[in-house]
Amino acid sequence: MEETTYKSISPSDFFYRNREIAGFSNPSRAMYSAIRELVENSLDACEIRGVPPDIYIRIREVSETGSGTSIYALRVEDNGTGVPPEHIPRCFGQVLYGSKYILKQSRGTFGLGGTITILYGQITTHKPVRVTSSTGGDIHEYEMMIDIVHNKPIILSHRVRANKAGWRGTAVELYLEGDYSRSMYRIYEYLKQTAMVNPYAEITFIDPRGRLYRFERVTEEMPPPPRAVKPHPQGADVETYRRLIAITGEKTMKGFMTRHFQGVGPATAEKFLQEAGIDPGKNPKSLSPDELVKLVRAAREFNGFQRPDPSCLSPIGEHLLEMGIRKELGLTDEDFLKVVQRRPSTYLGYPFIVEAAIAYGKTIERRLGRGIKIYRFANRIPLLFDESSGVVWKVVHKIINWGTYKVSPDSPMVVVVHVCSTKIPYKTVGKEYMADQPEVEREITNALRSIARHLRLYISRRIRLARERRRLSIFEKYLPKIAEFSAKLCDREKPPDIKPLLKAVSLEVSEAESPLREVPELEEEA
Amino acid sequence: MRRRLKLAEKRRAAVELALKQLGKIICEQIENREFPWIMLQSRSTDNIVYDPELRQYVLGDRVIRRHSRNIRHIRPFAQLIWTAWFARELLKLRKTSTLREVYYSARGLRDIEFKSQDESDEIITDLETALNMPRESFNIYPEERSAIFGDLTIEYTVPGYEGKRLNLTEHPDGMMIGPALSTAEIVETSADKVLVIEKGAMFTRLIEEKAYKRFNAILIHTAGQAPRATRTLIKRLNEEHGLPVYLFTDGDPWGMHIAMVIISGSANAAHLRGLATPDAKWIGVWATDIIRYKLPTENLTDKDVKRLKELKRDPRYQGELWQREIDTFLEIGQKAELEAFSRYGLTYIVDRYLPDKLEEAGA
Ligand SMILES: Nc1ncnc2c1ncn2[C@@H]1O[C@H](COP(=O)(O)OP(=O)(O)OP(=O)(O)O)[C@@H](O)[C@H]1O
Ligand SMILES: [Mg+2]
Repeated sequence: MEETTYKSISPSDFFYRNREIAGFSNPSRAMYSAIRELVENSLDACEIRGVPPDIYIRIREVSETGSGTSIYALRVEDNGTGVPPEHIPRCFGQVLYGSKYILKQSRGTFGLGGTITILYGQITTHKPVRVTSSTGGDIHEYEMMIDIVHNKPIILSHRVRANKAGWRGTAVELYLEGDYSRSMYRIYEYLKQTAMVNPYAEITFIDPRGRLYRFERVTEEMPPPPRAVKPHPQGADVETYRRLIAITGEKTMKGFMTRHFQGVGPATAEKFLQEAGIDPGKNPKSLSPDELVKLVRAAREFNGFQRPDPSCLSPIGEHLLEMGIRKELGLTDEDFLKVVQRRPSTYLGYPFIVEAAIAYGKTIERRLGRGIKIYRFANRIPLLFDESSGVVWKVVHKIINWGTYKVSPDSPMVVVVHVCSTKIPYKTVGKEYMADQPEVEREITNALRSIARHLRLYISRRIRLARERRRLSIFEKYLPKIAEFSAKLCDREKPPDIKPLLKAVSLEVSEAESPLREVPELEEEA
Repeated sequence: MRRRLKLAEKRRAAVELALKQLGKIICEQIENREFPWIMLQSRSTDNIVYDPELRQYVLGDRVIRRHSRNIRHIRPFAQLIWTAWFARELLKLRKTSTLREVYYSARGLRDIEFKSQDESDEIITDLETALNMPRESFNIYPEERSAIFGDLTIEYTVPGYEGKRLNLTEHPDGMMIGPALSTAEIVETSADKVLVIEKGAMFTRLIEEKAYKRFNAILIHTAGQAPRATRTLIKRLNEEHGLPVYLFTDGDPWGMHIAMVIISGSANAAHLRGLATPDAKWIGVWATDIIRYKLPTENLTDKDVKRLKELKRDPRYQGELWQREIDTFLEIGQKAELEAFSRYGLTYIVDRYLPDKLEEAGA
C-alpha cells in the first residue's frame, strides 16, 4: 500500500501549479495576460493618484526558444502613485499581497495579477524582475525573484537614486517566454478597447517588431474617483463578519451593526436583529459560530436595509465613454452613437452600474464590416475571451429582438457594455466573462433597449432620408426631359424653368434631415 | 382630287394642333410652378362598359390624373411627352412608324428609353387616350398587315403618291392594308358588299376562283384579329359607301370573337370610337352549319369550352344568334375550321355554302 503524504502548499506554489486559471496557460495567452496585468496595475495607480495615465509599454525579443516562442523583455511604465519602497518587495514578490482589499472599485482585486506575471516570467526564463518606483522622493530600484515554496520575495539588489526630474510612478521590467505573433491581435484589441474606456489615458506601445502604436489622450477629464465604503450587510460573507467582530470595539450587537455596515441606523439594526433572533444587547464577541451563520443568513433575507451605497463605484460617465468610443472607432457625425448610464442597482448586496452604448453606421461597416460586434468591459477592463458564454452575448443575441428596432443581424453595429461593481460577477478567476446574474442581465437589457429606441429612430430617418434623396434624384432626372420635350412639342425655343419645382422637392429632403424628437416606448419592452 | 387632298391635309393639321396644344399645357403648368399633369379617361377594366346604343365597348366616366408629382408616374409621364413629340415629328416629316419602331427610336435616349415594347405600346395607348385619337392618326401603325382585293379604286394621300390612283384588283395576292392604304381616299367601287375572311388560304382561293366577281364583293383578309386600320377601313366601306359587310371565320369561339371585335369593338380599344362596324354580319362558320352541312370537325378542347362559357356571359353576345350558336357548340362539342371545306373542294363553298349563307343574311 502506498503511503499518502499530507502537506500544505503556499499560495505562490498553488498558482505556480495552476497558472492556467490565472490566464497563463500557453506562451501566447501568457504574453497577453502579462501585458494586461501590468497595464491594469498602472491604470489603477494613476487613477488612485488622480492623474491622467501615461503608460508606456515595450516588448523586446531577446532570443528564440522554439517554434514561434521566444524570450521577450517586457517593460511597463506609468506615472501612477508609485509604491512605497518598503512595500515594493512584497507587492511584487508575494502572491495575495496588495492594497486593493477594500470596498471600492478598482481593476485589481486579488493581489495576484502582477505577482503571478512575475512568477511566470521567472519560471520560464530564470531571470529576476526589476521594479523601479518612486512616490515622489528617491527612486528605488529592486531586482528580485520569488521564493515560490515560501511565497516570499528574494531581493537580489536594491539601489536608491536621487530623483532630480521629480518623477513619480512605477516601471516593471521582466523577462518571459511568449509568442508574440499569436498574441499580437489580442494585445492590440486589448489596448484599443482599454483606450476606448479610458479616453483620458495616453498609451504608447512598441512591439517586438519595432512598430509604434499610440492611443492618444483626447481629454484630461477623469471620472470622479470612487470612495471607500463600509460593507453592506447583505454583501458581506461569514468571513467578513468574523473579521469585523475580531476588530470591533463595540460592546453590543446593535452598536456593531450600526458602526461597521453601511446604511444601518439604530432602528434598522434593532429591527433586523430582532428578526434574526439575536439579542441586540449581546456582545458581538460572544457570538457562537452557529449564531454567526444565522446572522449572515438573516441579513440576506431581511429587506429593511437601504440599498448599497454606489459612491464606491466609478463609472466612466456618458460623456467620457462617448469620447472614447468616438475616438477609437473613428466615428463621424454621420454615424449613430448613443451612450447611457443606468442608475445604480444591486445584486446580492453588491452595488453595480451598467453603462452601455451602441454605435451604428457607415464608418463601422468600413472598419469592422457588417454584423453586430460586442465590446464588453468590467470595471473598465476589456473582456476579450469567451464572448458567447457571457451575459452580454446572451442579452444581445438571445434576449433583445433587434427586428423591433429595424436592426438586422448584418447591420454594421457595435454594442458596448460596461459593468462596474465592487464585485463583478465573474465566472472564472481569469476574469474573462460575466455570469448572467438576473439583476445585471436586466440592467444590461434595459440599457440596450433604451438606446435601441433611439437607434430605431435614426435608422428610420436614414431610410426616409435615402428615400427622399432617391425621390429628388428621380425628379432631377425626368423633369428636365418633360420640360425639354414639351417645349419642343409646342415649338418653343427654351424649355420652361423647372428649378422652382426641384426646390420644392429638396425641401422635403431637408425636412427628413431634421433632428430626432421623442423616442417612443416599444412593444417588445412591455 | 384637290378636295380630297385638302381633307387629308386638314385631318393631319388637326392632329398636329392637338399635339402642340398638349406641349403648351405642360409648359404653362411648369411656368406656373405646378408639377405638370394631364387628365386621362381610366382604362382599367372596371371603367370599360358596353354601350348598347353605340354597340361597342366604350370607356366609362372615370378619369385619372397622370401627375408628374407622383414618383411612379413621372417616368411614364416623361415618356408620354417624348412620344407626343415623336408623333409630331412623324407628322411634320410625313413619315410613318410601326409600334416596334417607336420602341427602337427611344433606344439609347437616357431616361426615356422603354424597357420593352409592351411599355412603349402602353404609352402610345396613353397618348391615344389623352388626345382621344387613334395612333394611326399620328402615323403609328402596328406590324401586322392584313390584305384587301376587289374592284375598288383608291387615291393615295401619302407624300410622293399624292393623287395617284389604284384599282385593288391590280395585284392577284391582294394589297396590303398599310399606312398608305389606310390614309387613302376611296374613289369608287362596283362591288355591292364586303366579304371579310379570317384565313389567308381561303382569301387566296376566293381570288383564284374569281369569287369576288361572282359575289360582286370586296375581299378582306384579317389574318386573325383584324388590325385597327383594317377595322377602320371596314367601317368606312360600310358607313361611307353603304356596303354591307359579311364576316366569314372559323367555326370556333376564336373565329366568333374575330367577327365580334369587328362588329362591337374590343375592350382594349374602348378608348377609341370609329373602329366598330355594328351592322356587319357574321355568316359563318356557325355551329349549326356543322350539323347542317355535315362539315368535317375536330373536338372542342378544354380551352375552347372555357372560352365559350366566357363569351356566353359577355354583354356583346347576348343576341339570339350568338347564344344559340354558343349553346350548339357546347352541345355538339365540335368545331370546324375554314380549311375543313377543302374536303368538299372549293367549288362547294363558292357554289353552295356561301350563296346559301349570304342569302340567309339578306344579301
Ligand atoms: N504600477 C503600480 N503602481 C502602484 N502600485 C502597484 C503597481 N503595480 C502593483 N502595485 C501594487 O501591488 C499590489 C499587488 O498587485 P497585483 O497586481 O499583484 O494585485 P492587485 O492588482 O491588487 O489584484 P489583481 O490580482 O486583481 O491584479 C497592488 O495591490 C498595488 O498596491
Ligand atoms: Mg493587479
